[in-house]
Amino acid sequence: MSYGEHAEGHDEHHPTGWRRWMLSTNHKDIGTLYLIFAIVAGVIGGIFSGLMRAELMYPGMDFLPLLKGGDVQAAYHFFNVLITAHGLIMVFFMVMPALIGGFGNWFVPIMIGAPDMAFPRMNNISFWLLPVALTLLVLSTMFEGPPGQMGVGGGWTVYAPLSTSGQPGPAMDLAIFSLHVAGASSILGAINFICTIFNMRAPGMTLHKMPLFVWSVLVTVFLLLLALPVLAGAITMLLTDRNFGTAFFDASGGGDPVLYQHLFWFFGHPEVYILILPGFGVISHIVSTFSGKPIFGYLGMAYAMVAIGVVGFIVWAHHMFTVGMDVDTKAYFTAATMVIAVPTGIKIFSWLGTMWGGSIRFETPMLFAIGMIFLFTIGGVTGVVLANAGVDQSMHDTYYVVAHFHYTMSMGALFSIYAAWYYWIGKMSGKPYPQLISKLHFWFTFIGVNLIFFPQHFLGLAGMPRRIPDYPNAYAEWNFWSSIGYGVMAIGLVFFFIGLVMTLRSKKRVGENQWGEAATTLEWTLSSPPPFHQFNELPRIK
Amino acid sequence: MSDSHAPNHNYHLVDPSIWPIFCSFSAFLLFFGGVLYMHYDNVWLVSIGTLMTIFGAYSWWGDVIREAEYEGHHKPIVQLGLRYGMFLFIISEVMFFVAWFWAFFNASIFPTEAINFVWPPEGVEVLDPWHLPLVNTLILLLSGCTVTWAHHSLVEGDRAMFKQMLLFTILLGACFTAIQAYEYSHATFGFADGIYSSTFYMATGFHGFHVLIGTIFLTVNLLRAYAGHFKKDHHFGFEAAAWYWHFVDVVWLVLFFCIYIGITG
Repeated sequence: MSYGEHAEGHDEHHPTGWRRWMLSTNHKDIGTLYLIFAIVAGVIGGIFSGLMRAELMYPGMDFLPLLKGGDVQAAYHFFNVLITAHGLIMVFFMVMPALIGGFGNWFVPIMIGAPDMAFPRMNNISFWLLPVALTLLVLSTMFEGPPGQMGVGGGWTVYAPLSTSGQPGPAMDLAIFSLHVAGASSILGAINFICTIFNMRAPGMTLHKMPLFVWSVLVTVFLLLLALPVLAGAITMLLTDRNFGTAFFDASGGGDPVLYQHLFWFFGHPEVYILILPGFGVISHIVSTFSGKPIFGYLGMAYAMVAIGVVGFIVWAHHMFTVGMDVDTKAYFTAATMVIAVPTGIKIFSWLGTMWGGSIRFETPMLFAIGMIFLFTIGGVTGVVLANAGVDQSMHDTYYVVAHFHYTMSMGALFSIYAAWYYWIGKMSGKPYPQLISKLHFWFTFIGVNLIFFPQHFLGLAGMPRRIPDYPNAYAEWNFWSSIGYGVMAIGLVFFFIGLVMTLRSKKRVGENQWGEAATTLEWTLSSPPPFHQFNELPRIK
Repeated sequence: MSDSHAPNHNYHLVDPSIWPIFCSFSAFLLFFGGVLYMHYDNVWLVSIGTLMTIFGAYSWWGDVIREAEYEGHHKPIVQLGLRYGMFLFIISEVMFFVAWFWAFFNASIFPTEAINFVWPPEGVEVLDPWHLPLVNTLILLLSGCTVTWAHHSLVEGDRAMFKQMLLFTILLGACFTAIQAYEYSHATFGFADGIYSSTFYMATGFHGFHVLIGTIFLTVNLLRAYAGHFKKDHHFGFEAAAWYWHFVDVVWLVLFFCIYIGITG
């Protein structure tokens, strides 16, 4: 029974038209809004990276000055603006809204057998604060940042003093407020998810029976709850340093610029796990479903995520090995960082263990899931390399780091998003995705992102610094291929949108359970799409 | 599926509401107006944004009170969810204060060359903790007692005492704020006078702001009490305010011991 059949019956709970979307208190509708928002933001962030790859395709400043009327100085700054906006958009406005806001909203309540989120109205403000935050960020490009230049060019980390005395214009304040608003949105969302998961599980749904996606979101939102307020404090200090004469990060007033880095990365490191953990949850479901087996080592998988979350809070200074910290501190942060490889390894091997001996079906979600496992492992291994404080001394701020975190993010997190998309689009829309187009999407994306980022390891090892728009001829070859890779990936994205349109226009319908008996979670007991309010009669979990 | 009959559970499925999107838009005006204020001395937009945010919050929470008090939507399981929610909100506030304390300890334990490696920096006349700060400590501790007294009175059905003790708590909170304002205005160092004043005013200022929020929260509860709200066994709005008040109290104790006393030995 779909929502449509009952639209007339209950006015209060079944709003229509603009009221349904703007005033929504329905977790599935809000999840859909989040997904649309993430797609829009992802396209903007993707265009920004395309501009960067176009500039970096050949040595010399050839491309960006064309957009800036031949002004090379303006082009240099514009590159910084692109770097900053790309990072902020992909982290706060693409990955988090897609995985937590989108799929989390859609499927966490359903998977625990709840009719909705704990605080449906608060759920809605969590969403609507995001367009506000994105608008503030976009507005920042129209205001002065550094003297004489438009927009924020401080990188997504907005380190002081580049973000204080270095860019005195209003653009930086707009970006700071954008982060405040996005942070408030995430904290409210985090509270909502924790209350939902702790308070609204169906009878019999004990924590140790909870699906792994729910576990992953639970750990993620705890990280959000504990990490984001510290970022809010740090950027509030930036704001007062900039506008009200405080000296938190101003060495001449007795302050300490490195304090900003500590505060930022105390948030920033949990943040990168916030980006990937929901993906871990998604991958577990998909690997299990398409291997025709229950997940291998369920409890180990759940507690590995808890361990990653806990240890993630005590490794932050490995982002700061070159600030001049003493050797004991470096030794600690090196060792603690490597410890994270253990629970992560548990997850990788348990996915392999799930596939082992299974009858594997290479449907599109499974292709993306296996792609994610393969590529995230590469990103994880280079992470262990970078964890060494001695090695990082030469790797810091090179393209090796860029390659490393894009293997975890734009292949780990993004592939998880795509995998989740194809796994659940039939459930969400009631219509099947096109087979060939979705597989073309996978292969172009897989080849494209590898062509973009694998050569960047070589560039980084050869010493090419990140966040610089120009480079010597020695780096030309691999930069060229990296930019070609962007084109391949962009073709993949076109297939994604073709597939999206074909899905929504499809006349075919999918049933309750598209994937067969190995898909055991509660969303597969509901119609596709599910009713406007599911579980009027709560399910009993045995 | 079982969509065809009324829900057979006690969760509160909230009706669509204008306030989330209204508050979001207000927040946009507030923050964009804040930038205009800081860079162009334009106070209009930030003022409108602030007023709209307050109006949105008033209307939203008004809806919550109506649903809880008159419409019976807050069944025990919903109340439990609200408890989790308030507790988690306070946890996030604690982490917010962690940032200020981190800045303070970073500056005071490792004073830098710019202040000759001395804390408090030479020339800063710090406030004597054993004068007004001690009075403020006692005021807040006493207010923690009165709010608990109010709670016990409510549970035992003594509504007159409940209102009286709640009023005392609010007055004590107002006294604290007044004394803090007096002390700020008589301090020899301003907000922009280097790292000591930065950390001092930021930590104590954000605490003071939270005292103000807590006082407003308690005042709303007092008005609700006069309107006949709250039952012996269903008064989470008041309990949330009391929790918040205790949180503000504990933060002050840490401030008092670390920032006010810590520096004088």
